[in-house]
Amino acid sequence: MKSLVKKCASVLGAAVLTVTAITSQANQLEEVEARGILRVAVPQDFPPFGSVGADLQPQGYDVDMAGYLADGMGVKLELVPVTSANRIPYLQTRKVDLVISSLGKNPEREKAIDFSRAYAPFFLGVFGDESVEVAAPEQLGGQVVGVTRGSVEDMELSELVPADGEIKRFEDNNTTLSAYLAGQVDLIATGNLVVATIAERNPDRQPVTKFMLKNSPCYIGVHKGDTELLEKVNALVEAGLADGTLEGMSMKWLKAPLPADLKG
Amino acid sequence: MEYQLQFGELLPYVPQLAHGFWVTVWLTVVTTLAGCALGILGAAARSSRQAWLRRVSGAYVEVFRNTPFIVQLFFIFFGLPALGFKLSAVEAGLLALVVNLGAYSTEIIRAGIQATPTGQLEAARTLGLGKVQTFVRVVLPPALERIYPALSSQCIIVMLGSAVVSQISVEDLTFAANFIQSRNFRSFEVYLVTALMYLLLAIGMRQGFRLVGYYAFPKKRTR
Repeated sequence: MKSLVKKCASVLGAAVLTVTAITSQANQLEEVEARGILRVAVPQDFPPFGSVGADLQPQGYDVDMAGYLADGMGVKLELVPVTSANRIPYLQTRKVDLVISSLGKNPEREKAIDFSRAYAPFFLGVFGDESVEVAAPEQLGGQVVGVTRGSVEDMELSELVPADGEIKRFEDNNTTLSAYLAGQVDLIATGNLVVATIAERNPDRQPVTKFMLKNSPCYIGVHKGDTELLEKVNALVEAGLADGTLEGMSMKWLKAPLPADLKG
Repeated sequence: MEYQLQFGELLPYVPQLAHGFWVTVWLTVVTTLAGCALGILGAAARSSRQAWLRRVSGAYVEVFRNTPFIVQLFFIFFGLPALGFKLSAVEAGLLALVVNLGAYSTEIIRAGIQATPTGQLEAARTLGLGKVQTFVRVVLPPALERIYPALSSQCIIVMLGSAVVSQISVEDLTFAANFIQSRNFRSFEVYLVTALMYLLLAIGMRQGFRLVGYYAFPKKRTR
C-alpha cells in the first residue's frame, strides 16, 4: 500500500515537472506579446536610475529604459519596484520579464541569469573642471586629485598616479565633493553617479569626465534561456544607441554624454 | 577573544608614520609660537583702556572659544573659498590652530595680567615708564610666570587637537594612521602605535616647557 502511494506521488511529481518544463520552454517574447504587457523590475530607491518623483510616479534612467523597450515591443508597461537584494529572485521566479535595475555583471550572476548588452554607464573615474587638461593617468603629473580615503577609487588611483602627481585623501565622499566644490582640488576620483548629483546642484562647477578608472556598466537581466526576448532587447538597445534615444536619457538623468565604449 | 597582534604589518608604512610625526611636530611648534604671540597681543588688547580694542578682542575670544574646532577648520577650508580666500590644506589647518590657540591663550594671559598688583603699576608710573614699557617690562613677565603652567597645558591640548586637521587632508600623524588603517585594516596595531607617538610627543612637550620655564623664570627654580 505504502509503495503504491509512493509510486502515485512520483508519477504526479514527474507530471508536474513536465508541465512546468513545457511552460518555461514557451517563447517568453511571444508570451509578452500575447499578454500585451511587459513586466519590468526597476529600482525605487536609487536615483538617478530609479526613484519616486515629486508626483509619486517612478522616474529615472531605468524607468525610461523600461518605457522605451515596452514601446519598442508595442506592449504596455508594468513597473515592479524591487530592491537590489530581491531583483534577481523576482526574475528567476518569473514575477517579471526583465530586470532593469542598474544591474552589474559578475560570474555568479551570469550563472543565474542572462545579460543583455550594456545599456547604461556605471564607472569610477577621474572627473574635473573643464579647464584642467587631463585625459590619461600619465598626465596627472603636477596635478592634485581629491579622493575618499580607502575607497575602491583610492586603490585604483594610487596604482596609476605618477610620482609627481598628488593625491589628497579625504574622510568621506561628502568631504571630497566639498573640496572640489570649494575649489580646493580641481580633479576628483569618484563614481559617475556622484558627479551627476553635483552637476544637478552646482551647474557652474559641473565636473566633466577625464578618464575611467574602473568600468562596471549596467546590463538588462533576462531569465536564463529566454533567447528570443534577449535578442529583441539587444536589438532595441542597439537601435536606441544608434538613434540617440539613450544619449538623450543619459543627458537627462546622468547629466553627461554616454562614454564611447558603451556605444561600441 | 583572541587577537594576534601583528606589528610587522606596519613596517612597510614606517616612512608614512615618520612623515606624519614630523608634520605634527612642525604644526605644533609653529602653532605654539604664533598662538602664544597672538595671545599676548589679544590679552594686551583685552586689558587696554580703549573700549573698541577690548570689544574686538573680546568678540574674537568668545567666537573661537565657543565654537567647535572642526567647524572653525571646515569654515576656513571649505567656507572661505566662496569669498575668494583660498588656502591650501596645510595653511588652512595652521591658521585654524593658531587662531584657536590665540583665543584660549588670550584668556589665560589676561588672567595673569589682571592679577598684577596695582602697586607695581603705580611704581612703574613713578619711575616714569611709558605705557608700552610698563606692559612689556613690568606687567607681562610676572603675568606669564603666573599662568605658565596653564599656558603650557593649553599648548599640549592644541597639539593633541591638531589631529583634526587630518580631516582636510593635511598629512599629519593621524592622517598617516587613518591611511595605513584603510590599507591593511590593522586598526588595533596602527592606533596603538599612533597613540603612543602622541603620548611621547605630549611628554616631550611637557619636558620642553619645563626646561624653557627653568631658564625663563629663575625666581621659580627654588619652588
